[in-house]
Amino acid sequence: MQKTRDHKALWLVAPALLLVAFTAVIPLMTVVNYSVQDTFGNNQFFWVGAEWYREILRSDRFHAAFLRQIAFSATILAIEIPLGLAIALTMPKKGLGVSVCLVLMALPLLIPWNVVGTIWQIFARVDIGLLGHTLNGLGIDYNYTQRVGAAWATLIIMDVWHWTSLVVLLCYAGLAAIPPAYYQAARIDGASRWAVFRYIELPKMSRVLLIAVLLRFMDSFMIYTEPFVVTGGGPGNATTFLSVDLVKMAIGQFDLGPAAAMSVIYFLIVILVSWAFYTIMTRDDFESSGGAQ
Amino acid sequence: MLELKSITKHVRGQAHVEDVNLSLAPGELHILLGPTLSGKTTLMRLMAGLDKPTSGEIVMNGKAVTGAPVRKRNVAMVYQQFVNYPSLSVYENIASPLRVRGVANRKIKQKVSATAEILGIKEFLRRRPSELSGGQQQRVALARALVKEAPLVLLDEPLANLDYKLREELRTELPRIFKGAGAVIIYATSEPAEAMLIGDSVTCMHEGRIISTGAARMLYDKPNSLVTAQIMSDPPLNTIRIKKKGAVLEFDSYRHLDAGTHMDALADGPYEIGLRAHHLGIGAPTDNGIEAVVATTEVTGSETMVHAEFMGARWVSLLPGVHALNAGDKISLNPDPDKVFVFDETGVLVAAPAG
Repeated sequence: MQKTRDHKALWLVAPALLLVAFTAVIPLMTVVNYSVQDTFGNNQFFWVGAEWYREILRSDRFHAAFLRQIAFSATILAIEIPLGLAIALTMPKKGLGVSVCLVLMALPLLIPWNVVGTIWQIFARVDIGLLGHTLNGLGIDYNYTQRVGAAWATLIIMDVWHWTSLVVLLCYAGLAAIPPAYYQAARIDGASRWAVFRYIELPKMSRVLLIAVLLRFMDSFMIYTEPFVVTGGGPGNATTFLSVDLVKMAIGQFDLGPAAAMSVIYFLIVILVSWAFYTIMTRDDFESSGGAQ
Repeated sequence: MLELKSITKHVRGQAHVEDVNLSLAPGELHILLGPTLSGKTTLMRLMAGLDKPTSGEIVMNGKAVTGAPVRKRNVAMVYQQFVNYPSLSVYENIASPLRVRGVANRKIKQKVSATAEILGIKEFLRRRPSELSGGQQQRVALARALVKEAPLVLLDEPLANLDYKLREELRTELPRIFKGAGAVIIYATSEPAEAMLIGDSVTCMHEGRIISTGAARMLYDKPNSLVTAQIMSDPPLNTIRIKKKGAVLEFDSYRHLDAGTHMDALADGPYEIGLRAHHLGIGAPTDNGIEAVVATTEVTGSETMVHAEFMGARWVSLLPGVHALNAGDKISLNPDPDKVFVFDETGVLVAAPAG
C-alpha cells in the first residue's frame, strides 16, 4: 500500500523536477564540468581541479573587467534609482495624465536590447548620427569609437534612457499603494514635504525599491548586447565588461575551461552582491516582520 | 468651543454637506452618528481644515478659522486605518507632533512617557508600529493625537477596524482618556451602540444634513423622525405603512395589530410604524396573527436573529437563545404594541412608547 502511495507522490513532483533539471541544474553542471577539466578536442578531457579558477582569479584581465563592471553597475544604480524615484514622485496621481505618463514611460521597455544598441550606435555616430554630429558641430570633441569618456557616457545614457522607466513604474506602484490617510495625517501633523517623503513614502516604498535595485543591479551587471552592438567593448578594452570578456574568451579564443570557471565565478558574484543588497535593505524588516501594516 | 455656521460643501455640483449648524463645547465627547456616506468624514475634514467649505463659517474659540490651512489649526485626528510612521519607533511616533513644534527633548520625554502610560503602551515604546497588534497600533495613533494637546480632537471611526474584544476594551477607555484634555472631542461612528456607550451628545447625520441632536438616550427613546430612529437602531428598525382605525393598526385586509395605549390620542389615518428587533416576538402561525415567511436565520449562540418577509417588507426579530427555524417556514410575528413608534406620512414622530 505504502509503496504505491510513494510512487504517486513521485509522479506529482516529477514534472517540476524535470523542468528545474533541464532549465537550471543540467546546464549549470555542464559549465561546472568544463571548469574543472581541460580539453584538446576529440572529446578528451583531463582533470585540472581548481586550476582554471586560480588562473581567472589571478588574471589582470579579469580584474580589469570586474572593476569596469562594478563601476558601470554602480553608476547605473546611482543615476537610475534616484532619478526613477524623483520622476515617480512628480507623476500625476489621477486623471488622464496618469495613463499618458505610464504609456510614455513603458515605451523604452518594449524595445529589444539589440535594437536599443543599434538606435544609439547610429544616433551617436559622428558622421551621420544626430547626437554625435550635433555635438561635434557645437565644438565638443565627442567620438565614442575613439574616446573612453565618450564611450562610457554613451553606454550610461543609453542604459538610463532604456531602464529608468522600470524604476519609475515600480516606484509609482509603491506610491499608489500608500493609503491617503497617511498624507492626511502628515498634513495635520504639520509635516514638511521632506518629512512626508522621508517618514512615509520612503519606508512604504522600501519593498519596491529593493526589487528595483536588485533588478537593475542584476541586469546591468550582466549587460552584454548594448556594449557589444555600440562599442564592441572598445575603444581598446574600455567597455569590455565581464560578459563581453567572457564571450571573447569562450567563443573568440575557444578557451572553454577558463571561460567556464569565469562563468561560475561571475554567477557567484551576482548572487553574492544581490544577497548583500537584500540583507542590507531588509535589515529593518527582519526585526519587525511581525504584524500586518 | 467649536461653532459651525451654515456650513455647506459641494463637490462637483454634488452636496456632500448641506447647511450644517453646530456648536460643540469642550470637555465633552460629541458623537457624529450616521451611515456610510452620510457626510461625517467630509464634515470632519472641514473641521480639521483639510478642505474648505463651499460656504459658511467655522469659528474656534471665538476666532474665525474658515480659510485657515490645517497647519495653523492645531488639530489632532485619528482614522479608521492605523496610521503611524512605519520607520519610526513607537516613542518617536508619539513624539513626532512635539518634534514638529520644536519642543525641548526633556519635555518630550516626559510627555511621551505620560501619554504612553495613559494608553497602556509603555512597554512597547522601543518597537516599531508593525510589530504591534492592531489594537496596540491604534493606541499609538491615539497617543499621537493626545500628546498634541490640541483644542480639537477628531476621531473618525477609530475602532471600526478592530476586532470585537479590542473594540469593547478601547470603547470604555476612550472617554476616560480624552475627557481630561479639555478639548472639543468629536467621534464619528455608524454604530448606535457606540454612541450610547461613550457619547455625551449625539448628532445624527443623513445625506449631508444634521437631522437631530441631543443626548444619546433621548434620541434612542424619542427619535424626532423616522430617519433618526433608523440611525439609532441596530439591527435595522422594522418599518411598515399602516392605517389606524380606532384601536387597531391595519397592515392589510387581514394582518393587523392592536394599537398601544400611547397611540390613544392619534387620529385615524395612514401612518408609518417602526419597531426595534428585540420587541418583535415570533410564534406559530395563527388565524389572526401577522403571517410571514422566514428568509434567513442567524444564530450567534446567545441570540438568534430571524429575518422574515411579508407584504414586500423584511423584518428582523432578535430573540434570546437558540431557535431552530428554516428558510420558508411560515410563522406569525408578534410585535409588542406598547413598543411601537408611530410616524406621520412626512416621517415626523407622532407617538413614542413610554420610556
